[in-house]
Amino acid sequence: MREIVVSFDRVSKSYPLYKEFRGVKNVLFDLTKHLNRRSPRFEALRDISFEVYKGEKFGIIGRNGAGKSTTLGLVAGVLKPSAGRVVVNGRIFPLLTLGAGFHPELTGKENIILNGILMGLTRREVLQKIEEIIDFSELEEFIDRPIRIYSSGMLARLGFSIVAHLDPEILLIDEVLGVGDIKFQKKCQEKMMEFRTGNVTMIIVSHSVGSISTICDRVMWIENHVVRMIGDPMEVVEQYCKQAGVEFVVDGNKVQTKTSTF
Amino acid sequence: MQVVHTGNRRSLENYRDLLLVLFQKEFKIRYKQKVLGYLWSIANPLANAAIYYFAFSVIMGIREENYILFLITGLFAWQWFSNAVGSSPKLFVGNSLIKKIAFPRILIPLSASLNHMVHFILSIPVIILFLAIHNAIPSVHWLWGIPVLLTIHLMMSLGLSLLFASLNLFLRDIERLVSILVHFTFYLTPILYSEDLIPPDYKNYIFLNPVAPLIISWRNLFLDGTIMPLYMLASFGYALIFFGIGYFVYNKLSWKFAEVI
Repeated sequence: MREIVVSFDRVSKSYPLYKEFRGVKNVLFDLTKHLNRRSPRFEALRDISFEVYKGEKFGIIGRNGAGKSTTLGLVAGVLKPSAGRVVVNGRIFPLLTLGAGFHPELTGKENIILNGILMGLTRREVLQKIEEIIDFSELEEFIDRPIRIYSSGMLARLGFSIVAHLDPEILLIDEVLGVGDIKFQKKCQEKMMEFRTGNVTMIIVSHSVGSISTICDRVMWIENHVVRMIGDPMEVVEQYCKQAGVEFVVDGNKVQTKTSTF
Repeated sequence: MQVVHTGNRRSLENYRDLLLVLFQKEFKIRYKQKVLGYLWSIANPLANAAIYYFAFSVIMGIREENYILFLITGLFAWQWFSNAVGSSPKLFVGNSLIKKIAFPRILIPLSASLNHMVHFILSIPVIILFLAIHNAIPSVHWLWGIPVLLTIHLMMSLGLSLLFASLNLFLRDIERLVSILVHFTFYLTPILYSEDLIPPDYKNYIFLNPVAPLIISWRNLFLDGTIMPLYMLASFGYALIFFGIGYFVYNKLSWKFAEVI
């Protein structure tokens, strides 16, 4: 049997509605309500169970607000479940974006070091890999300039190059596929394929059912805070599209959603 | 509720590097794209000193010996306190990194506090310069006095930063409250005036102001190389209390940070 790296056992997550809590005035007026702690809670996930195996590419789909990002937050260890059990075995590597882990005033190089250390590597380890990262990113002389002048494609390239070369164990990707221009996309795909054969586990949250179904081994569909379906990407994506009322086309190996023209 | 998470284990070397890299980040950002760089970090207290000198000495005729030197020795230390505490409510708010990756959040206020401390240390040459203008030289007591007061001051500002940064995530009013509090404290602390000017009836109330003993200690140390043990002990006591409260509140709330950002 394959090794389990992430396991959710009947996990629920609810948030208190902090909005009501905000403001001294509200707290004073509703003191009793705040004290008995029965203020309404927002339920983001209800009784979710799934397992991700080592080396697996696991996709999560679902509509906005279904609970996808909460799931990723629980995997990343930044959130704690309200009920249930979360087990994660292996180092987490989130694909960071501008504002989270990148600073606009720092150069590309400085951001690589910042990112790598945030993900748990030591400075020495990052410096050993930095040339490889810079080469892969194709940013050339831009690497020594502040990233606020980067285009969004260049930023995405930098972000992907970093996680791709830090020997990730569990890679968390939140809606950042289709990185850069087509040439770089090809490189990313090749790198992803390399991960596929290696032991890199990937958990991908995306609205792009096309890339989900080509990259992933298994897909989980979250609907209204519960798991609706887990299984073969094609089947799950088909059901998901059907439910959303979007026509989808299977073209050889590729899945595309068809948008009607008006 | 149970979490078995080995995804964010870090080595000691990583903690050290993380603190260093966060510190450097802030340090670099402060000076990047600024022609005058270092001068800006001393421009504020110096400009303030000039304004107060004009208002209180030239116009109102306060009789304090070497008033400009008196102002400067107090203002730099005050500037450190007010910058560190005044900016602390915003340390966690808007930091979307907290949502993405698990790391000890205390490193954010710690690196910020260290940054403010380093800026203060860098301003000591300016104090020496003004001492020299007034025909005075640094005392040997600086050698132990400065490290001791730096430690106390750092502990106090870190404690308050932890407290305000954590609470502000849940109650955004803290931000406004802190800026008013800092403003009040400035006038209640003997910075513009000497503690000797306080009427005898009120003099002991000075110990109710947590910042006053610390600022007085800094000024005495810079002006004539003395530290009154009572003031030092009082400021150390307040630093311990604030650090204790700040760390306790941070510790209780930190696992909820990602929920509210």
